Amino acid sequence: MAKVLVKGNEAIAQAAINAGCQCYFGYPITPQSEIGEYMGKHLPKLGRTFITAESELASINMVIGAGTTGTKAMTSSSSCGIALMQEAFSAMCCAEVPGVIVSVMRGGPGLGNIAPAQADYFQALKGGGNGDYKLIVLSPSTVQEAIDLTYKAFHLALTYRNPVMLLADGILGQMMEPAEFGEYPYKDPDVSEWALSGANNRPARNIVSLHMPEGAMEELTNRIFEKYALVAKNETMYEDYMLKDAKLVLTAFGSVGRVAKAAVNRARKMGMKVGLFRPITLFPFPDKALHQVAQNADMILDLELNKGQMLLDVRSAVFGACPVEFYGRTAGGLLTPDMIMAKIEELYKKLDNTEESKAGVR
Amino acid sequence: MEGELSVIISGFGGQGALFAGILLCHTAVLEGKHTTWFPSYGAEMRGGAVNCAVNISDHDVPSPIIDKADAVIALNDASQEKFENKVKPGGFMIINSSLSHHKPKRTDIKYINIPLNELAQKLTQPAFVNVMALGAFIEKTGILKLESIKEVMKEMAKTVSAKKAALLPNNLECVEFGANIIKNQLVTV
Amino acid sequence: METLVYKRPESLLKDGHFTFCPGCGHGVILRIIAELIDEFNLQKDTIAISSVGCSIFLEKFFNLDVAGASHGRSPCVATGIKRCKPDKFVFTYQGDGDAATIGFNETIHTACRGEHITTIMINNTNFGMTGGQASATTLVGQVTTTTPMGRKPELTGYPLHAAEIVSKCDGTAFAARVAITDTKHIRQAKEAIKKAFEMQIKGLGYSFVEVLAACPTNWHMTPVESVEHISNVIETVHTLGVFKDITAKENL
Repeated sequence: MAKVLVKGNEAIAQAAINAGCQCYFGYPITPQSEIGEYMGKHLPKLGRTFITAESELASINMVIGAGTTGTKAMTSSSSCGIALMQEAFSAMCCAEVPGVIVSVMRGGPGLGNIAPAQADYFQALKGGGNGDYKLIVLSPSTVQEAIDLTYKAFHLALTYRNPVMLLADGILGQMMEPAEFGEYPYKDPDVSEWALSGANNRPARNIVSLHMPEGAMEELTNRIFEKYALVAKNETMYEDYMLKDAKLVLTAFGSVGRVAKAAVNRARKMGMKVGLFRPITLFPFPDKALHQVAQNADMILDLELNKGQMLLDVRSAVFGACPVEFYGRTAGGLLTPDMIMAKIEELYKKLDNTEESKAGVR
Repeated sequence: MEGELSVIISGFGGQGALFAGILLCHTAVLEGKHTTWFPSYGAEMRGGAVNCAVNISDHDVPSPIIDKADAVIALNDASQEKFENKVKPGGFMIINSSLSHHKPKRTDIKYINIPLNELAQKLTQPAFVNVMALGAFIEKTGILKLESIKEVMKEMAKTVSAKKAALLPNNLECVEFGANIIKNQLVTV
Repeated sequence: METLVYKRPESLLKDGHFTFCPGCGHGVILRIIAELIDEFNLQKDTIAISSVGCSIFLEKFFNLDVAGASHGRSPCVATGIKRCKPDKFVFTYQGDGDAATIGFNETIHTACRGEHITTIMINNTNFGMTGGQASATTLVGQVTTTTPMGRKPELTGYPLHAAEIVSKCDGTAFAARVAITDTKHIRQAKEAIKKAFEMQIKGLGYSFVEVLAACPTNWHMTPVESVEHISNVIETVHTLGVFKDITAKENL
């Protein structure tokens, strides 16, 4: 199949359709409204369901309904809209309801603005909903990856019976570049063992998130966290770029990952040993791989369009193996290749001075 | 032409700056090149200044965000003001001199002043300044072939409404005319 | 000659025992629902959606597939299910705190969309499970744990009349308010719920039945006093009636 020029938001929508998404429930919000518009145009023609819900709260709960029947369904929103869905994310993780959520981040906090940002990393990864739970979070950095990870999101949601979030930002949502759709590459698991369909020739089933008997909730949570350990073992993804001899390693996710890559290319041309480590799954976070990288690096520079959110996971993974610096902009401020280069040059000078002592320690 | 090139296309809403960028990207895809298009978006889209950044390259384009562009196409005066300092040294700026009368501020870039709106009057109506500017840009840079963008326009006409498709001859005339402005040195560069 | 005088509905679990307070209305209503699902032979094709409050433990009583919903969201969960499984019978079982208070927006929009689902809303004019706080349907003057001096309109406004409002939505096929204060009313309640179920079975639109039910524990009354309270007081505010029936012959 040939490459086509496609906008990030529309690529995600078409990929969802290709993945067999039967229902889209959503509420418009910039910068991701094209997803709903695309679905509204195409799903009814395919005999599938499209509803503009009364709120994001309603949207995600409709996804829950579809999910309890084992049907592939999705919603999409941005920042403040995703905030409204947190209650449902927690319920979905607890009741093990599959579903796909696309979050196209904009500037915050509050209504913020509609410019690109990455300040909803905590929102996606560190809850907002109640209790111990985790979304599986996939972070695309190109339109092609947005397509591939949308496919993966539907597959993982059904495989692990857990909500999966595709965490994009306004840059990826709004930009266009050539990409190839290909076919949905996964064979999905049979849902008939657990999905609700009426108690026909089998005992009645329930999919609920209230478990009152003493110990029941802890037992359930422990089992769900064993599942998360399996997700971490099987599904962790990251990109390493020019890391072999890298003294300064950039860490970045999503769109910033690709801007950082442009900076790495320039730094390399100038003879600086700079590489990029880009987590693709944010949960599971590639902490073991990053720790390895940190052991061979002199310094890590974490780059984000926020005040330092993934930074906590980066520091936790690095665990003191090398210093971690942070450079970010937020609320619509963008990092450009020039800005990142300036920071690289500033930090790289420091590294050269300390090279011998660091080598001595090793 | 081999290599890579970045361009910012800017104008007020309705001049088709964003669409011109999309046309350019489609043309790049047709020629098997790598390309990205990144727009300003949102509240600005109604009437205000809009712009998009386009990269065209023989290699992977990591960053859709650019600090400075090889070229800027400024379809109105606000665009000239806003993006004059965004041109790389040695780069050039196509200025719609029908709407922009600012004195050039830089000596390290080239200015191509084209009275797009006035010239458009000479063509079959409606005529499109964004497409005329694209023709000039393609002829000037040689990064893409004029035939390719015409091909893209023809293909696009097949997928749009009949009303829009009927404007294909006008568009083809505009892009050809734009190219001829450069080819025949109708303006001083 | 043997006459069957009592049979436990198939749609109730054999070992499912109601855990409601003495005099509570939930048990009667759940039984009516179970009987009707049996009568329509829908037990194998039903998905029930529980809500938050005393209405939550459906899976402990019903021999039916059950999906749980968070506070006020069961119409959304029901919408998602019905759109995926249009051939299934889908109903929500909610209280006034759930359907008329935290989730009334969802209730109204589900009605306006004309979703082919049924909502049974138990109205006992308070948040029963959490200890009897005032809800949207609490009567003026009613003493609750959050209105210890009685509900004062100048502070907390007036009771919400759910069935009447839902009846105004174009997608609603049937909306009624019933009581279960005596045998006659229980029969009428069953008739109304049956009508509501038929609306869904025939694909005519959204159907909504509000059932006035006693909450002796939180009302601080005996079961008998509670029933009298419904007849003598609550029904004067939340009046009984069929507010919409698109199949009625003498539709105005």
